[in-house]
Amino acid sequence: MNKTAKTNAIEVLELAVGYPGKKGDKIVAEAISFELHSGDFAAIVGVNGIGKSTLLRTLGQVQPPLSGQVRLKGKNLDSYRNRELAEAISLVLTEPLATKNLTVWELVQLGRQPYTNWIGTLEARDREKISQALAMVGLENSHAKKCYELSDGQMQKVLIARALAQDTPLMLLDEPTTHLDLYHKVQILKLLQRISHEMDKTILFTTHEVDLAIQLCDRMLILDNRENSFGAPCELIEQKRFESLFPGDLISFDPQTGNFKIVS
Amino acid sequence: MNPKKSYRLPFLLLALLLLAAFLLNTGLGSVAIPLKDTFNAIIGGTVAEDSWRYIIWNYRLPKAFTAILVGAGLSLSGLLMQTLFRNPLAGPFVLGISSGASLGVALLIMGSGLISGWVGSLLINDVTLAIAASAGSFLVLLAVLGVAARIKDTMALLIIGLMFGSVTTAVVTVLSYFSNAEKLRQYIFWSYGSLGNLSWPQLGLLGVILLLGIALSIISIKPLNALLLGEHYARSMGTSLQRSRYIIIGATGLLAGAVTAFAGPVAFIGLAVPHLTRQIFDTTDHKVLVPAVILYGAILLLLCDTLAQLPSSSYVLPINAITSIIGAPVVIWLLVRKRKMIF
Repeated sequence: MNKTAKTNAIEVLELAVGYPGKKGDKIVAEAISFELHSGDFAAIVGVNGIGKSTLLRTLGQVQPPLSGQVRLKGKNLDSYRNRELAEAISLVLTEPLATKNLTVWELVQLGRQPYTNWIGTLEARDREKISQALAMVGLENSHAKKCYELSDGQMQKVLIARALAQDTPLMLLDEPTTHLDLYHKVQILKLLQRISHEMDKTILFTTHEVDLAIQLCDRMLILDNRENSFGAPCELIEQKRFESLFPGDLISFDPQTGNFKIVS
Repeated sequence: MNPKKSYRLPFLLLALLLLAAFLLNTGLGSVAIPLKDTFNAIIGGTVAEDSWRYIIWNYRLPKAFTAILVGAGLSLSGLLMQTLFRNPLAGPFVLGISSGASLGVALLIMGSGLISGWVGSLLINDVTLAIAASAGSFLVLLAVLGVAARIKDTMALLIIGLMFGSVTTAVVTVLSYFSNAEKLRQYIFWSYGSLGNLSWPQLGLLGVILLLGIALSIISIKPLNALLLGEHYARSMGTSLQRSRYIIIGATGLLAGAVTAFAGPVAFIGLAVPHLTRQIFDTTDHKVLVPAVILYGAILLLLCDTLAQLPSSSYVLPINAITSIIGAPVVIWLLVRKRKMIF
């Protein structure tokens, strides 16, 4: 496919993220620049505490950027109003839900809130979107189940379905594969990849599964607070970007397999 | 696939129950009046004894309507608090609203003791009590709102509400230490709670304030549903967080503040009714829960009040004691049976 024909979905320029404070800002990560197109399936990787989640939360307007620019479809993120933003970005966060007493359907239908009237009445179109979202994640038969009855993997799918129902061109997910076994990690990531490619959505997620991300993603951002390299996984391997991802005393990157090995 | 559930039947049942509880409440009291005469007196038919009509119109009907308003108001404010604070143990009392009212009343009653002679005793009547209670609860509410503007975290707000409660309790204790026995007695009687002191005009005023609170709750239904997922998700789905929080806290203040001002502190209704309602209506949708807790709260307080007036005796127990005796076991039962209080 011709890359230039694709619309640019999100553009990040010299972004610094962190927490503003009275004695100066506490910068978590800075000098981050990258660009994603519609249909891109992309991961943010890096060691613990490097600022992956902070970056993702900044992109989702959960917290304000310290400096730099985030442009969504060519328009600055901070000029979006609440409603517009809700139609542009959907989130899947790591924070526990306030209540798990909702049924699967009740949770997913909340994704339609940007489109419903003042009291939240669902129209036929909304119901259709909800059904489609549930079918996409393979939970169409569990819609009446309560969320506390679900396994971690199913719960993650429900949250993804809610984001799908919100029907946004960009989806941001914070560590969607934590607490899952290898099989279910792959299941979730394959599902996200399929959603991104089939529905032409831009999906950006943080993860610790570097090897899985190398196999599945179109683009990767390596946060190391030095170069913050961005590119296709094979390019990054060729440029030996993964070697410096972790301190070298315990594990090293094997460019042949795309895996990390324990140093003997 | 269309899992739209219908709640017409439970709503119909609740409406019938409300009617039954209302008739039971007005029919029973210290003077035995047959149900037929009670009904006739209400609809304006012939009544065997004229005094019965007087009792029903001037004592029992205002009390029954007070019970409905107080029960509905407290329950709704409890539901709003539980969703806003994402805490199943939240209720109108946790925000410190009722302690604020207590402080206002304590200052009035015990402070008036300091002003010697008849001027002091002239200060205390139903109207000044209501004003003092409203002023107290709104002052605490304003303080909480002020803090809410600076602190984004709702859990911190919950703790601050509790701290306001502790401070007011302490001040009340200090005041009671220095005041004479008569004033102390007067304050303690107010703190028992009472549904029987409202005149028709006062009832009208309470009704108008509660209607305003209910209207604010209804426009908050959509944000309330979004808040079930937490504040970040709510915002990402287009909820204007700050504005919704103000409206919801304002509605709670109106509902709980007005009720406490007119009827004194009534415990446990705000906490227990939303949980009881969720036993019947198995949903988290506030479009269903808001009207359901209003009905349920009204029914429960009517029944509590029927018990409190000890039918056919001249004794009336404090309503606050009855709601606590019924409410506390309900909360314990919910905890034991469900292991975890979910909302």
